[in-house]
Amino acid sequence: MPLLDVQDLRVHFPVRGPLWSRPTVVRAVDGVSLTVEAGEAVGLVGESGCGKTTLGRAILRLVEPTAGRIVFDGREVTKLERGALRGLRRRMQMVFQDPFNSLNPRRTVGESVGEALDIHRLAPNRAARSERIAGLLTRVGLDPAHADRYPHEFSGGQRQRIGIARALAVDPQLLVCDEPVSALDVSVQAQVINLLRDVQRERGLAYLFISHDLAVVEHFCQRIAVMYLGRVVETGPARAVCRQPRHPYTQALLSAVPVVDPQSKRTRIILTGEVPSPLAPPPGCPFHPRCPVAEGRCRTEAPALRIGRDGRAAACHLAAD
Amino acid sequence: MPLLDIRDLRIDFGSTRVVDGVSLSLAEGGCLAMVGESGCGKSVTALSIARLLPTPPARYAAGEIALQGRDVLRMTPAELRAIRGGVVSYVFQEPGASLNPVLRVGEQIRETLRLHRPREAGETEVARLLKQVGIPAPEQRTRDYPHQLSGGMQQRVMIAMALAAAPKLLVADEPTTALDVTIQAQIIELLAELRRQLGMAILLITHNLGIVGDLADRVAVMYAGQIVEEAATGDLLRRPLHPYTQALLRSAPVLGRKQDRLEAIPGTVPVPGQWPAGCRFAPRCPMARAECREQVPVLAPRGGDRLVRCPFAET
Ligand SMILES: Nc1ncnc2c1ncn2[C@@H]1O[C@H](COP(=O)(O)OP(=O)(O)OP(=O)(O)O)[C@@H](O)[C@H]1O
Ligand SMILES: Nc1ncnc2c1ncn2[C@@H]1O[C@H](COP(=O)(O)OP(=O)(O)O)[C@@H](O)[C@H]1O
Ligand code: SF4
Ligand code: SF4
Ligand SMILES: [Mg+2]
Ligand SMILES: [Mg+2]
Repeated sequence: MPLLDVQDLRVHFPVRGPLWSRPTVVRAVDGVSLTVEAGEAVGLVGESGCGKTTLGRAILRLVEPTAGRIVFDGREVTKLERGALRGLRRRMQMVFQDPFNSLNPRRTVGESVGEALDIHRLAPNRAARSERIAGLLTRVGLDPAHADRYPHEFSGGQRQRIGIARALAVDPQLLVCDEPVSALDVSVQAQVINLLRDVQRERGLAYLFISHDLAVVEHFCQRIAVMYLGRVVETGPARAVCRQPRHPYTQALLSAVPVVDPQSKRTRIILTGEVPSPLAPPPGCPFHPRCPVAEGRCRTEAPALRIGRDGRAAACHLAAD
Repeated sequence: MPLLDIRDLRIDFGSTRVVDGVSLSLAEGGCLAMVGESGCGKSVTALSIARLLPTPPARYAAGEIALQGRDVLRMTPAELRAIRGGVVSYVFQEPGASLNPVLRVGEQIRETLRLHRPREAGETEVARLLKQVGIPAPEQRTRDYPHQLSGGMQQRVMIAMALAAAPKLLVADEPTTALDVTIQAQIIELLAELRRQLGMAILLITHNLGIVGDLADRVAVMYAGQIVEEAATGDLLRRPLHPYTQALLRSAPVLGRKQDRLEAIPGTVPVPGQWPAGCRFAPRCPMARAECREQVPVLAPRGGDRLVRCPFAET
């Protein structure tokens, strides 16, 4: 049984259009199924606005799902009463992209990390509490003597380490990381990714790792799910998907990744057009208006995502399985 | 005569030096990339070309910036107005923040045209510019407000506005950092195409070494206010010589490469005012030795067409 099992999840936001028009919905997440095993890192990639953050937030019930099921460690998250959510959040934590906005500027770093311990009553007394805070700060590579400093006294990479320490404080089983390294320079990004991998191994942590950087996801994750307009269009083992993508969208996404090697003669698939709006997703295959190999039926028939024996799947009429 | 020739430029903010002896040269129609971690002084250097830094707090402490042979640092306000847009135009990272939110995009482009090419400031030229940057149905788009456009479209509009002035030099400061890889690829392709078509020179500022190879002829790597290596793009990417360039190239994960740990650079970029004595990279350099903490390395020629600020770099 997977640690996290998301089934046909939908998150629709009601939006008001122009005065005279009928109220409508943004289909931010529109039928996503996905699993994460204990200790596994699953990468979630896709262009801006495709629903990655909304999916991550829905899994923690930070936004209410419209339909579908989320089962975490055998319990149905979607059915939990509001009051039971605290227990859930002890076992699932979120790490955000912008470490600055996710830390309270008026709290010292020690207070921010300690707050998580207090909410879940994880430190029996003051001595145990400071000892745990010091241990957590040391673990993420910060000087425990800096516990009484404020967030603005730290660099971006250090602030992200503080965010990780705070998430680890409650000893979770799953971390949902939303673009945790996107705001960092490559050199510091590498430090943070190495840290995340070390704690994964030490604690058997699982990750849902949201990123738009395919090279980072291929490096860090065992499996990958590619999202487009609120749906998963391809999924499978990270290396296999990156080496031989089957969905035309994944192929385009991979070919657009800049490569340093000036020698490499890749043919780049430059997608024309923009991501269509989740207010009015196209009929048939949602990718057909931009797909370089679309054919007649793509405009009317929506392709299904069926997972094959090799653990791979691509929602495309033409994808070879 | 190069189009742009920056000689030994030094810039202070208050009493803190942030750009410390930068020299750069860019020929007409050429493309030079400036790379390095954030806070190294790339944007400050770029903004100085049209003297766009607020003075105070900024102060041009020394050096010269020759644009078409004339020193920008000695220009009168009228001369500066003429080169801004007309000779050098800018495109920045956040297109949304640079566009006027209450003005239709067509009107914003027309305003630039009125300033620089008044006789052509009409609907047709606005539509042509939008078409040139790859905006579909440009006649309709001119009536849109910026918020009605996606990030990629907004960046195209910014580029159209920069082109409206028909500049000789386009300074693109992290033009694709805020965009998706698919849209990033479109914008880089567009810049390369415009350079071919219009013979416009480009100064590309980025921290992504991956996009450098597609566009630039030469690359200057900056660290702590100085250039530490400058070379032809192919040479620099294939065989980086400065330990910082090497470390930068090694730290990014590469698609298809199996590696258990990434090779991070330990520590962080020192902030201005706290640059270490001796070699500024020494505290993070895997090759550092005792001398490095005392001797200040100079930017010296190394094999042909390359400059390296490290006496111990192998050639
Ligand atoms: N509270 C909300 N109300 C209405 N629409 C919303 C809301 N939150 C998100 N959306 C819309 O849902 C879609 C998915 O948004 P989401 O933030 O999940 O995308 P994302 O994949 O995380 O994008 P990015 O890469 O830019 O972070 C977008 O079209 C967004 O505008
Ligand atoms: N207006 C300003 N006032 C004070 N310091 C500034 C200002 N603008 C930039 N700096 C400082 O100058 C240094 C170089 O900045 P910048 O050129 O923006 O770096 P980069 O573009 O390489 O990331 C940084 O340390 C930055 O904090
Ligand atoms: S189903 Fe058709 S439009 Fe969709 S990805 Fe496959 S070929 Fe392209
Ligand atoms: S001078 Fe010394 S510390 Fe500086 S880059 Fe060279 S080897 Fe490294
Ligand atoms: Mg997001
Ligand atoms: Mg900058």
